[in-house]
Amino acid sequence: MEHQPPPFFERGPSSAARLVFFALLSIGLIIADARLKYLDLARQSISFVIYPLQRLAISPVQFYHRASDFFVVQTELQSENERLAEQNLLNAAQLQRLDSLESENDYLRRLLDAKPRLGRSALVAEILYAGRDPLTRKISVDKGAQHGVIAGRAVVDEIGVIGQVTSVLPWMSEVTLITDKEQAVPIQIARSGLRAIVFGAGQENTLDLRYIPVDADIRIGDRLVTSGLDGTYPAGLPVAVVSNIESDAAYSFAKITCIAAAGVSRHRQVLILSLEPLPVEKAEGRQPSMQANESIKGP
Amino acid sequence: MQARPSKQEILLPVKFNVILITLTLAFVLNLLPWFGVGRILRPDFVAMVLLYWCIHQPRKIGFFGAWMLGLLMDVVDASLFGQHALAYSFLAYAAIVMHRRVQNFALVTQVVYAVLVLFSAELIMLMVRLLGGASLPGWDYFGGILTAALLWPLLGVMLKIPRRTRADWDGQDRSPNTIMKR
Repeated sequence: MEHQPPPFFERGPSSAARLVFFALLSIGLIIADARLKYLDLARQSISFVIYPLQRLAISPVQFYHRASDFFVVQTELQSENERLAEQNLLNAAQLQRLDSLESENDYLRRLLDAKPRLGRSALVAEILYAGRDPLTRKISVDKGAQHGVIAGRAVVDEIGVIGQVTSVLPWMSEVTLITDKEQAVPIQIARSGLRAIVFGAGQENTLDLRYIPVDADIRIGDRLVTSGLDGTYPAGLPVAVVSNIESDAAYSFAKITCIAAAGVSRHRQVLILSLEPLPVEKAEGRQPSMQANESIKGP
Repeated sequence: MQARPSKQEILLPVKFNVILITLTLAFVLNLLPWFGVGRILRPDFVAMVLLYWCIHQPRKIGFFGAWMLGLLMDVVDASLFGQHALAYSFLAYAAIVMHRRVQNFALVTQVVYAVLVLFSAELIMLMVRLLGGASLPGWDYFGGILTAALLWPLLGVMLKIPRRTRADWDGQDRSPNTIMKR
């Protein structure tokens, strides 16, 4: 048992004083992080230190995946192969159409003197783990600054939008899912062309479509696709499907709930889209293209 | 056993390396990707081990260690920078102030104490989040504390192993239950 030290053994400031000191330090950090966003460098250097531990912790799960991949039954592989070959054929047909549409689109844009669309490439990343914090919806993926990931990139799977890269560490990055409460995606209703913004509901697979007037043209089952107006998400990617509409005459806005189209529970791989950096005259450059779109749609 | 004047087990002073290794292990456990029910019931291993060492070796690990660990957890969890640091500083305070009394508590009281401290730490983090604009989570937010309560006695046994004297390995029943209940 430890003895009470005689008073001549100096033990420094009292516990309460230390608590106050460290609490103030923490609160300072919290405020700095929440308000000023100064701490990315600190985050990155700490993540540099703990990266080996992170890999170590993930390795059993990865080993399990590898092992289960290895012991796949051949018939399963065969059926999957057939399915993929079929899918590939369908995709190829669509790709041919896309090519012709793209060249046509370019031509029309040139006619209208609109800026050409941004070229884009993609990076396959593997989901390492879902964030521990139940209040935010984030996942970590195994590609980071070293692989050319930049914060703000859109993340998709083969069905639609998953989220956006919000924080980049050297070898991994954090993706905030579109279902996170603080994530907003500008969308367009595929059927009517109505533009709106969809917000995460903070729950699994659920999104809220806010600020839509009660009498707006929207039905259950409507598909929401990205409108591309924010310069983050390329236009036309599926985001969600309207699942429920509550219109109460007492409120001017309807309460519209949507189910996310894509999900992270389905796969281990996601695609990080890299939009070419937007030109400086982003705001001016986008304006005519929007007008061009509308004038095409008008008649 | 009867001859022993004190109910206190004689334990070797723990090496700093032992603390470092156990905390690293706890950290790796925290980093494990958890799924399904495990996601709800996962305890904060780092908080538990930290609390244990702050009770039993308050001279070796204190506020600074707790605070640094908090920063590491903040990076891992992608939470607000300083959120875990604040909670762990409080945890260290609660442990260091009470450590003499807690060491003499019965096992049940120790568990109650640990649960209270861990719960308060979670509450601090939750309050930080709420001030940051998060919405109230369900009760399953505190699910990990349930597991922590169940694991606390086990943790006590495991972390005592590196501090046993050689004489203690003679096959006698020295589980903390019999010792703590006198």
